Amino acid sequence: MNMTTFHLKIVTPDRLVYDGQAERLVIRTVGGDVCILARHIDYAAPLDIGQAHIVDEEGKTRQAACSGGMLTVYGGEAVVMATTFEWADEIDRERAQQAQQAAEEKLKNLKRDDREFMVASAKLKRAIARIGASE
Amino acid sequence: MKDIKLRIRSVESTMQITKAMQLVATSKLRRAKERMESSKPFGRIAQEAIAAAVARCEDANIPFLTVRPVQRRCYVVIAGERGLAGGYNSNVFKALDAHAGDMDYCVLPVGRKAIDKYQHLGKELLDDTLARVEGASVSSCYRMATLLTEGYHAGRFDEVWLVYTDFRTMMDQQVQVEQLLPIVRAELPQDATPVATVYELEPADTLRKVVPDYLAGKLYSALCDSFASEVSMRRNAMDSATKNADAMISDLRLRYNRARQGAITQEITEIVAGAEE
Repeated sequence: MNMTTFHLKIVTPDRLVYDGQAERLVIRTVGGDVCILARHIDYAAPLDIGQAHIVDEEGKTRQAACSGGMLTVYGGEAVVMATTFEWADEIDRERAQQAQQAAEEKLKNLKRDDREFMVASAKLKRAIARIGASE
Repeated sequence: MKDIKLRIRSVESTMQITKAMQLVATSKLRRAKERMESSKPFGRIAQEAIAAAVARCEDANIPFLTVRPVQRRCYVVIAGERGLAGGYNSNVFKALDAHAGDMDYCVLPVGRKAIDKYQHLGKELLDDTLARVEGASVSSCYRMATLLTEGYHAGRFDEVWLVYTDFRTMMDQQVQVEQLLPIVRAELPQDATPVATVYELEPADTLRKVVPDYLAGKLYSALCDSFASEVSMRRNAMDSATKNADAMISDLRLRYNRARQGAITQEITEIVAGAEE
C-alpha cells in the first residue's frame, strides 16, 4: 500500500542534497532520533551527529550520515539544513575507520574539560555515524 | 624608429601576460560558477527556515534577534587575493566606506587584499589568518561564524554586516551589503495563522545552536559568489586589456612602417640627388 508522502528538502552549504517527496525521514536531533511522517505538527529542532535515513516515494530506503544544523517542519513541509549530509554510497568507509582510530587515540590523552576533547569526540561521533551508515 | 620597435615589443609581452591571465580566469570561471550554483539553495532554504522559526518566536529576548543600540559594527569583507580584476576589490571597499559612514567598526577580512587594506587603515581585524577565497572550505566558514557569534555575544560589536560581490551574470556583478546579525525579523504573511510549534529545545536554545550553522552557510555561499564574480571580472578586464594591446600594436606597426618607408624614401632621394650631381 502506498503511504502518504510529504515534501522534504535536504540542503547543506555546498549543495542541495534532496528535494522531493518522501514517506519518512528518520534523523538524530539533540533530543534523540525523531521520525517525520506526512502531516507532522510544526516542529523545530537542532540536529546532532548521527545516522539518518529516508524512505522515498517509491518506498526505497536510503541511509545517510548527518551532522549539525536544523530540522524544521512547517505546514507539512520538512526542511533539513545540515552541516554535512552524505548518502551511504558517498562515504569513504576506510577513511572513516581511520578517523575513528585517530580520534580514539587522541581522546585517550585528553582530559574531559579540554577544548580539544570536544573536537575529538565530535570527530569520533562523525566517524561512527559514517561507518554505521555505510554498513 | 627604434623606440617604436621597442614599444611594440613591450606591448606584445604585456599582451601575452593579459592573454594568459584571461585564459586562466576563463578556465577557473567554469568551476567557480558550478560551485556557486550548488551553494545557492542553502542560502535560500535556510533563510526561509530561519525566518519561519524566528517569526513564530514571540519571546523578544532571543539572542541574535534583539536589536541593541549600535555603537560598533563588524563587517565581513570578502575581497580577492590579487588585483587586476577591474574594480572588483575597490568596489567592495567603496561600498563599505559608503555604508559605514562615521560609524566605528572592526573587520573580519577574507582575501589578501582586504587584509592589507584594513590593516593599513588601522582597523581592528578579528582574524587575519582565514582561508583564501579560492577553494574556501565549509569548515573555515564555520570558524568565521563562531568568531562572529562569540564576538556578538560578548558585546564586542552590536551588528554584523556582510560585504560581498553578487554574481548575477557574466557581465553584471554587484556589491551587496547585507545584515547578518541581529537577524532581521521577517513579517509573516497576513493570512498565516499562528500554529503551535513543537520545539525540541526552548526556541532561544534552538536559535543559539542553529544560528552559527546558518551564518556559516551564508558566508560560504557569499564566498562562492564573490569568487565567481572576481574571476569573471578579471576575465573581462583581461579581455579588454588584450584587445587594447592588440589595437595599440596595430597602431604602432602602422607608425613603424610609415617611418621605415619614410627613411627608405629619404635614402633614395639622397642617392638620386648624389648621382645627379
